Amino acid sequence: MSQEEYRSAMPGHAEFQLPAEGPPRRVNGVPPVPHATGSAPRRDAVDVWDERIAGGLAFLRRRLAGAYEVDDFGFDSDLTDSVFYPMLRVLYRDWFRTEVHGIEHVPDSGGGLMVGNHSGTLALDAVMLSVALRDRHPRERFLRLLGADLVFRVPVLSELARKAGATVACNPDAERLMSSGELVGVFPEGFKGIGKKYADRYKLQRFGRGGFVSAALRTGTPIIPVAIVGAEEIYPMLADLKPLARLLGMPYFPVTPTFPWLGPLGLVPLPSKWLIQFCPPIPTGHLTEFADDPMVVYNLADQVRETIQTTLYALLEKRPDPFGP
Amino acid sequence: MVTSHPAAPPRVVVVTGVSRFLGARVAARLAADERVERVVGLDPLEPPPTLAGLLGGVELVRADARAASAAIAELGAEAVVHLAVTGAPDPQHGGRAAMKEQNVIGTMQLIAAAQAAPRLRKLVVRSSTAAYGASFRDPAVFTEDTEPRAVPRGAFARDILDIEGYVRGFRRRRPEVIATVLRFAPLISSTADTSLTRYFAQPLVPTVWGRDARLQFVHVDDALEVLHRSVVADHPGTFNVAGAGVLTLSQAVRRAGRIALPLLEGTLSATAAVARHAGVGQIGLDQLDLFVHGRVVDTTRLVREFGFAPRTTAEAFQDFITGHANGSSLTADRLAAAERAILDGIRKVRASVGGEHA
Repeated sequence: MSQEEYRSAMPGHAEFQLPAEGPPRRVNGVPPVPHATGSAPRRDAVDVWDERIAGGLAFLRRRLAGAYEVDDFGFDSDLTDSVFYPMLRVLYRDWFRTEVHGIEHVPDSGGGLMVGNHSGTLALDAVMLSVALRDRHPRERFLRLLGADLVFRVPVLSELARKAGATVACNPDAERLMSSGELVGVFPEGFKGIGKKYADRYKLQRFGRGGFVSAALRTGTPIIPVAIVGAEEIYPMLADLKPLARLLGMPYFPVTPTFPWLGPLGLVPLPSKWLIQFCPPIPTGHLTEFADDPMVVYNLADQVRETIQTTLYALLEKRPDPFGP
Repeated sequence: MVTSHPAAPPRVVVVTGVSRFLGARVAARLAADERVERVVGLDPLEPPPTLAGLLGGVELVRADARAASAAIAELGAEAVVHLAVTGAPDPQHGGRAAMKEQNVIGTMQLIAAAQAAPRLRKLVVRSSTAAYGASFRDPAVFTEDTEPRAVPRGAFARDILDIEGYVRGFRRRRPEVIATVLRFAPLISSTADTSLTRYFAQPLVPTVWGRDARLQFVHVDDALEVLHRSVVADHPGTFNVAGAGVLTLSQAVRRAGRIALPLLEGTLSATAAVARHAGVGQIGLDQLDLFVHGRVVDTTRLVREFGFAPRTTAEAFQDFITGHANGSSLTADRLAAAERAILDGIRKVRASVGGEHA
């Protein structure tokens, strides 16, 4: 029996129609499968491909001719937007299913200092934070990361880091970026944070002397604490082979369930569920003259640390299963 | 004794290094300025014929720095412009030993002479952004107050640190003399001939694998303008002189239409040494460090004090490209033509395939 015959056989129900579907909603940061809507005319497939090819060729020509702009720090926004972010978005969206909360706490314009917890053996959390800001912020802001000098010592990595907008973690660079109205990302735990064992997950390490706070105070830039949940599980570090690390000149040599046993396959991060929470900004404009006062700086750093730690615990309650949906 | 008004331009100016590209031009420009009565060029060497034409209004004194000491006081010099600073050793004139002799010993003697000159009111010294050294932990942008992290390994950079040290001593001993130190980024123009312009003029440009140094240039004409202004007006202090903005090494190579040849960092020194011995290039440790670390300076102080902004790094480099167009293979025009040809080709193929289906 066909639909038509069935319908006509049911008196009174012949005109029954299913209710119209609502607009597609984002689920856990993952866009739903696009629905073919009848009303909007579909664009000609040939045109789409023509545009894509033309766009790709124009990009290639721009790159080969050097016709792009690089800022004083070596940030190449053309390359970052066309190559780095599209690749990282696959990790951000499909692999880690990242959810972002509190994006409204990030200012629309002017400087800001994002202070986050650091974890995950490889600093993917910093990269994912910058993707989150570019994707979810209404102004699609870039995050300028401050990296350890080790990053800038290694060939290739140093080149990529500079092109993606990162620079060496030092006060002159941080202040220059913040006073020119950029969002700066800093992870004060440094290698103590990313190099900690899986057993110590989500326990914030020492924040150093709080150099990041004095840089923010000197420029009157608001500090925005950020809690990132999910990075701890991507490469769970079971042991640290310290002698080998010393031999290779690395801050630690991780042993995870997959590395170094599976070789390069061990570099594939585990698909944990990520939550990023931006906390309300801490204004510093009224504290500019205290930038050199070690106690003010230390207390403020401690306040930021406490905020991140409590937010981390709250986020973990929301995410009972690290590898859940 | 009649002293001139402090703000008035000096009447007698001594310029060192007039047998060289920059020195000859600065001296010629000062000689053309009516406010300056007398320009004396000091140099141990005879200016080459190409530069001799410029030096019409300049009195030339052929003397080395030691003999020059007496000359400065005798001439009653009111300003000394020290430009006899060499960036790279010249194998035809004694190599590195002569370079150090000229840069360090020459500056020491000249500054001692300047210190003893009673009528001296102004000292202008050519320095370089090499004064900031090169290290992985350096801030991305140097201001005049940034101290180098370590003693640089390049010969020129070490000389520059010595030269600035002598000027610091001079400032302490003659605080009433206006001392201006100008830290120049690498000079570039369509006609300038330096080891860096020769490097970019090659069709195949060796670069460093895994690094993309940020570079800055200053146009020769802007460097001359800044030098001239620091002689005729009073601008005490140390200033970075560079074009605003940045070009990365790979970007500069691409804009010049050259092809980059990335070399491993560990092999660079050896390659440069081989090239030096073969007479191919004059790439020293100074340049290698520049190509690994890059160097960007803040010119806010210069622009505020001089009221003059040099043309940007990109504009200065564009002028160099127009002067060296014949060695380029991948020019922007050729790339644009290739882009159009490929796009048209793809469209034609797609149209014909689509046509068959229809």
